[in-house]
Amino acid sequence: MELNKLTAHQLLGLLKEGVIKSSDVILALKERIDVIDSQINAYVRKNEKIELSYVQNGPLQGLPVAVKDNICTLDLNTECCSKILEGFKPPYDATVISKLKSQGAYIFPLKTNMDEFAFGSSCENSCFGPAHNPWNLEYVCGGSSGGSAAAVAADEAIFALGTDTGGSIRQPASFCGVVGLKPTYGRVSRYGLIAFASSLDVIGPITKDVYDSALILSIISGYDPYDSTCVNLSVPDFTQNLSKDIKGIKIALPKEYFIEGLDKDVEQNIKEAIEVLKKLGASFTEVSLPHTKYAVATYYIIATAEASSNLARFDGVQYGLRINSFEGDSSLLQMYKTTRAKGFGEEAKRRIILGTFALAHGYYEAYYLRAQKVRTLIKKDFEEVFKEFDCILTPTSPTAAFKIGEKIREPLKMYLSDIFTISANLAGIPAISVPCGFTKKGLPVGLQFLAGYFREDMLLQVAYNYEQNTIWHKMKPKI
Amino acid sequence: MEYDVVIGLETHVQLKTKTKAFCSCSTEFGQVPNTSICPVCLGLPGSLPVLNKLALEFAVKTALALNCRIQRYFRFDRKNYFYPDLPKNYQISQYDLPVALQGFLEIEPQEGVRKCIEIKRIHLEEDAGKLIHTEGYSLIDFNRAGIPLLEIVSEPQINSPEEAYEYLLSLKEILRYLEVSDCDMEKGSLRCDANISLKKRDHFQLGAKIELKNMNSFKAVKDALAYEIERQSKLLDKGRILTQETRLWDAKEVRTVSMRTKESAPDYRYFPEPDLLPFVLEDSYIEKIKESLPELPYYKKHRFIETYGLSFNEARFIVSEKKLADYFELCVNLFPFPKIIYNWIVGPLMGELNERKISIEDINILPQDFVCLIKDVESDKINSLKAKEVLKKILDTAKSYAEVIKEESVIMISDSNILKGVVQKVLDENPKSVSDYKSGKTNALMFLVGQVMKKTQNNADPKIVQKLLKELLDGSV
Repeated sequence: MELNKLTAHQLLGLLKEGVIKSSDVILALKERIDVIDSQINAYVRKNEKIELSYVQNGPLQGLPVAVKDNICTLDLNTECCSKILEGFKPPYDATVISKLKSQGAYIFPLKTNMDEFAFGSSCENSCFGPAHNPWNLEYVCGGSSGGSAAAVAADEAIFALGTDTGGSIRQPASFCGVVGLKPTYGRVSRYGLIAFASSLDVIGPITKDVYDSALILSIISGYDPYDSTCVNLSVPDFTQNLSKDIKGIKIALPKEYFIEGLDKDVEQNIKEAIEVLKKLGASFTEVSLPHTKYAVATYYIIATAEASSNLARFDGVQYGLRINSFEGDSSLLQMYKTTRAKGFGEEAKRRIILGTFALAHGYYEAYYLRAQKVRTLIKKDFEEVFKEFDCILTPTSPTAAFKIGEKIREPLKMYLSDIFTISANLAGIPAISVPCGFTKKGLPVGLQFLAGYFREDMLLQVAYNYEQNTIWHKMKPKI
Repeated sequence: MEYDVVIGLETHVQLKTKTKAFCSCSTEFGQVPNTSICPVCLGLPGSLPVLNKLALEFAVKTALALNCRIQRYFRFDRKNYFYPDLPKNYQISQYDLPVALQGFLEIEPQEGVRKCIEIKRIHLEEDAGKLIHTEGYSLIDFNRAGIPLLEIVSEPQINSPEEAYEYLLSLKEILRYLEVSDCDMEKGSLRCDANISLKKRDHFQLGAKIELKNMNSFKAVKDALAYEIERQSKLLDKGRILTQETRLWDAKEVRTVSMRTKESAPDYRYFPEPDLLPFVLEDSYIEKIKESLPELPYYKKHRFIETYGLSFNEARFIVSEKKLADYFELCVNLFPFPKIIYNWIVGPLMGELNERKISIEDINILPQDFVCLIKDVESDKINSLKAKEVLKKILDTAKSYAEVIKEESVIMISDSNILKGVVQKVLDENPKSVSDYKSGKTNALMFLVGQVMKKTQNNADPKIVQKLLKELLDGSV
């Protein structure tokens, strides 16, 4: 039995029966990584020591979790795949990590690859080089949680944590043929997540199937006194009602998501998925989310504005990279400039400059303030739809994975890759991407469900019903 | 040329909360550098702020005491600028929706001279760390980073350095009454920047606004403003046009120097702090705080003048510290002679406290005991010389009045028969003084009284002693 290929809930069963030990799982992963990660590059800092004899008695029984490089892990490097955070070992665990640890998870010491500071949709903006798509190594794995998605897809991880600011969990999950869940903003504590855009960032699971997503979400959710934006709401066991049927469930199809530019193969797969859901008793109605066309522009103003401020702390003073002088000038200003010039990658610089501009005196009203107003309109669009419908169905991304290098020189094209995922972050609603087929080239396609605030139960129920009546989640890349 | 002076003050006050504004690190002053720190106040990646509820309560309390309009809906904003003492390179502050707006503070520098200075806004923010500059390098102490600050901004309605001084004094008194801040400029718990412009008398146009920084005491604020008035007047007299700038006060050189001009003023790129949700205050919350407000010094002063017949200056002094006013009033309630009590407090009691460098807060003589002492003096049970000795003893030992009286076997010797012998002895031992007295040097009498007091361990009734001495001296002429 290749333990690394199993899901968390399958392994938990075996662990419970005493058939296997958690060290067997960790060893299987280690061997898998040793064989294939040089090609995939899902993990960074591959020399970190993996403990094989990790003993834990919580419900997760020592099961390993792969963690994205922007989530703080005590005494374990957390660098956001950026040179500027070189050597940064947080003196504390993120709340999600504490919660997983307390439930008996083993925090895998190799962190997953990502676009620097989560800036990107392809994982190409990593200072450790891109992670590759396990289905075709010439293709991107998506981003920014590309490493987490690739690791899960390639059976180098049982499940992983990603973060989603504009689609960074769902888009790579769809590119890699795995399940990616973005919880409601405020459902999961952000304490310990190195911020990209504070009002949009969410931590969520990337898993091999929907059941695992429900399992992990139940563990990482919940009130955190250390995060003022985290909601004090009881957390249900999301695995409980998964198999409840979806007869009579009303699903909305927003016409703004089925447009020109949507890849034909993607469209075909989505249509087939709709048929599956219809057979299960769901009804479909076309609706309009009229402000969708402003989502990308709104997002890039708000996200970059917040990022420009969030990233100001990386200045060489306290931690990470510091370059003391440049051409004999060792002034403070020069230290700042040189450190940041050498420490940040191109996309990080682009977004810092963009965000700084959007907040500048005299431009604030025209950009940031206006964007916030549009954001409210986008939110209202969704609220209207959810008055009548249980959830919304869309493609996760307009295309399947693209080739490495294809869009890296064209930021605007790259940004459009998130066109279907961004709105959920702006509105703060939960969304999930599940595999729904393949393109003719053999690349996975993702199906996205969106639901109202704190209705992850609905998302998971619909997604589970769909998944259990299809084979896509069982497909494995040939690597 | 005559100029009108227009001054506005921006005061930063460190709040006396036990823990910092957005984390639970201690705010205690004088700790070993970088020991009162955590991921939040160090601004480590991934950390998030959570507002200290007491800091908010203190802010609301202050705002109410300064007659402000409390904002039912307020939020925090980020003020972005790079400086090594600012761990996140932005300060969590408040911009367009501060805790409170539109209040006023009444000052009364002299009897009958009252002025109302409007408060523009009050907002909460976090303090930065402290840079320690050494030869060739600088060190940062982050203990101070994240301590809650209240910024209190006055309208430009202050018209002289003296008024500025009075404003600061009154503000300090109020904040100390509320027990929200120590307002100790030396410890940095109160900092003040000033904006000053000059305007030609009878003209409308206000001159350029000059911001003054780096004043380390109330007196420095006064001095810096006085200096600026002179400097700006001279320039304006010569027909020069001033431009907006920020200047630093140099207390040693007694002058201000330019720090930056308007063109180089930073753009702080304020925007709403996304890590903290906007706050909504309930009326009941504000009402509860309102009810907890103490009587404020301005009102107390006038009540003391009216009720206790103190003069303006006496009342002003006695209400300057709440504990002092409370002590005074407790004593008066026990012994309704305010003037006598006032004199005993400002005289012997304050004298002894100052000598011991202890404040009224740490005083260890109970008002009951202090009043007993005063009463005994007033009813001639103890002479005032002995009373002061007893007072010292109580302050030094923290014993009760009764205990000390007993230990010292304090008795007032007013029996002429007993004293006569001592007096005669003193006269015999001091023939020089006796002859001095007789030759008209009346000072000699006081010396002789002193000698008798000494021989009786200050227990003799000095009035009787003096009478006896006079009788004997004058009688033997």
